[in-house]
Amino acid sequence: MRSVLQALKQSSFLQETGITLLSILLAFGVGCLILWAAGYSIPAVFINLWKGAFGNKIAIGNTLTKATPIILTSLSFLIAFRCGLFNIGAEGQMYIGAIITAVVGAHLHLPAILHSIVALFAGGLAGAFWGWIPGYLKAKRGVNEFVTTMMLSYVAIGLTDYLVAPRGPLHDAQAYANQTSAVLATARFARILKPTQLSWAIVVAGIAVLLVWYFLFRTPSGYELRCVGQSPTAAEYGGIRTKRKLILALSLAGLLAGLAGAGEILGTHFRFVDGFSPGYGWDGIAGGLIARAHPVGTVFSALLIGALRAGALQVQRSHAAPGDIATVLQALVIFFIIAPTLVRRLIRWRRRSVQ
Amino acid sequence: MPEFAIEMKGIVKRFPGVVANNGIDFSLKKGEIHGLLGENGAGKTVLMSVLYGLYYPDAGDIRIDGVPHKNYRPAMAIRLGIGMVHQHFMLVPRLTVAENIMLGQEPTKSGVLLDQEAAIEKIEAFSKQYGLPVDPRARIEQLPVGEQQRVEIVKALYRGADTLILDEPTAVLTEQEIEHLGEALAKLKQEGKSIVLITHKLQEAIGMCDRITVLRKGEVIGTVDAKETSERDLAEMMVGRDVVFTVRRSQVTAEPTTVLRATEIRACDDRGLEALKGVSLELQRHEVLGIAGVQGNGQAELAEILTGLRPPTSGTISLGDLDLTGKGAKAFIDAGIAHIPADRYLRGLVMTFSVRENAILGQHRKRPFSSTPFWYHQGATTRFTREIVDAFDVKTPSVNTLAQNLSGGNQQRLIIGREFSKKPHVIIAAQPTRGLDVGGIEYVHQQLLKMRDQGAAVLLISMDLDEVMRVSDRIAVIYTGRIVAIKDPEETNRRELGELMLTGSLSSERGVGETA
Repeated sequence: MRSVLQALKQSSFLQETGITLLSILLAFGVGCLILWAAGYSIPAVFINLWKGAFGNKIAIGNTLTKATPIILTSLSFLIAFRCGLFNIGAEGQMYIGAIITAVVGAHLHLPAILHSIVALFAGGLAGAFWGWIPGYLKAKRGVNEFVTTMMLSYVAIGLTDYLVAPRGPLHDAQAYANQTSAVLATARFARILKPTQLSWAIVVAGIAVLLVWYFLFRTPSGYELRCVGQSPTAAEYGGIRTKRKLILALSLAGLLAGLAGAGEILGTHFRFVDGFSPGYGWDGIAGGLIARAHPVGTVFSALLIGALRAGALQVQRSHAAPGDIATVLQALVIFFIIAPTLVRRLIRWRRRSVQ
Repeated sequence: MPEFAIEMKGIVKRFPGVVANNGIDFSLKKGEIHGLLGENGAGKTVLMSVLYGLYYPDAGDIRIDGVPHKNYRPAMAIRLGIGMVHQHFMLVPRLTVAENIMLGQEPTKSGVLLDQEAAIEKIEAFSKQYGLPVDPRARIEQLPVGEQQRVEIVKALYRGADTLILDEPTAVLTEQEIEHLGEALAKLKQEGKSIVLITHKLQEAIGMCDRITVLRKGEVIGTVDAKETSERDLAEMMVGRDVVFTVRRSQVTAEPTTVLRATEIRACDDRGLEALKGVSLELQRHEVLGIAGVQGNGQAELAEILTGLRPPTSGTISLGDLDLTGKGAKAFIDAGIAHIPADRYLRGLVMTFSVRENAILGQHRKRPFSSTPFWYHQGATTRFTREIVDAFDVKTPSVNTLAQNLSGGNQQRLIIGREFSKKPHVIIAAQPTRGLDVGGIEYVHQQLLKMRDQGAAVLLISMDLDEVMRVSDRIAVIYTGRIVAIKDPEETNRRELGELMLTGSLSSERGVGETA
């Protein structure tokens, strides 16, 4: 894994951007092959994908709405990745953040705006706690965070599932669905682009991008965190308490994922609904990798994934192909991103054939 | 049959900001040992990497066995009979010697099943034929460095190498192992192999090679017959000036003041075996205390103990009145103990960080680099890095260049610059000249002595006995985790120290442990 991280850092900014774009193109190319082999019309699929993602104001709103939590979960993945850790548990951290936000939003009585902020941070802190657990286990007992974050994810999903199920303590008695009661108006984020669900949550995500960038590249603590990720032995030599950084990194990862959940509750659903996330936490892994672990990159990678998700619905609706094609494309993009050597070889091969 | 195994003409290789090879001509006769000599960054390794197919040259021709080849990759080089033994071994620690050697060319039974025995037989045959004793069934991680190197050589032979490139093979070896290597190379030559020996050690070049080509700043200065040259001539070719071989030490007449005191230190190594068995040391201002010893006698653990990287199991460490026992690396750094680590790849630098980010490692939470936990000052950091780069002559295209793109010598200069600019009270220098060329070694020695003259207490841990003798004011000999003797360099000699290092005592006076 460290080699992936190193490979990501070795090339210059322009080269990285180029490689990323090329990977995306390759993914679409292979996607076309799959579509062609399966007998679907390639132009119809891509036209509908585009229409659904960027075709009109509503499509753009949908894309941005879906990109919002993915920006935050991508940041969650990359901040742990920068410390040499794999946070696979953003989905669960998001669920924990979401349920706490829903409770604070529904049951606390505070003035508007302040209520939103308190509910947002309550969710973030809950997520941070869910990230802290694997961080602590990693630092004190050397437990592999890959396993613990993923397993705690299922714990979180199961736990929230129970809480909102009929007879569960947080179940909304008036509803048939498995959900909590609605968040009070004082806590809700204003919608930006009606009638879509785009809300102020996207501003929260944008601020988070800047803060994560600032933290990683402009604070001593961020410096230490990256140092541990690149060379734990050199970090130790530099007097850095590496174990504390591991805990910090996973806690921050949990915080960001928790904020993603909170934003969904306060801006999109206005209550915790069981299964509210179509897998935004998992998307964060892809988002973080496509962004090549750079905070600003997550804006673009989240937009790409959000667009694929929004476009997929239109593809499905138009019967051009099953909506799953979006998942296939997303997986292909990740595949080509994680195989940078493959892409580099292709570039070199092209260069040689030009000569 | 062509006379030359390898002919390289007009090789040019450029990297961003540097011309590593600037029109190099190099030829290797069949059955000769050819030394490739030059300072760090002279372009030796790059030239051989071009030959091995790791880089494509920007210009120039390569003939292998008289046949021209262009833009090939290492796999092709191997097929053409070229084998390379890198400075950092490319072995899988968890696998056995046989498994490592046959990796990629596994012999099979009926095309499917792995035939380990066949491989082991073949390895043993090679091992006997070329006088390279290796145990095919041992695991790499259990082997000493010298044997790992033999495994690399056997691996190259196993793959059918007729031309061997050895990149600084002696840098990691003990004196005895170097001797064995010399014998093995002579044997390989007898068997008709051609060998390129990359080195910057003059003595070895003269002792082991038939011809020597000297590179400087990416150009060939000349090719000479080893029998018709001298260390002084070669040194002049390498660095282009008369190298001062003896370091002139100024006499300091200040009263000895103990700064760092370690008492009865016991500690375990990574495997949990006791590596230090009651070491006591006193470091004094204005003094270099040299630690002489054969590698693996507790030096590495001692350096880590004295810099807070490894907790002692018993014993105390104090700096003046400050008790440092059981404290972490940060406390040692803050107390003014600088550390030049033995391993600059693992400890000294974050290779994927820029020069600038590396320059503040360990001081990154201090003024002027950061005044609050929320901000670190780009400007101050850049200024400071420029100062180090200028004062310690670190050759780098810019402060934003990644540390891994610097040559070994410049990496070391960066580390030294960083550590010395802290104005430390104590300097723990572990193998500070490992892998450096003559000029670089001289530079490091002068810097260490300058710090000593300014009042620092210096602990110099080195496997190079000449280095210890040249720079130290006192020499402590370490043997199996104990300090067995303290000597004045003026009143001892190589033979006496060598006996102490190898046996722990002198045949003339069976000594007991002393306190430094």
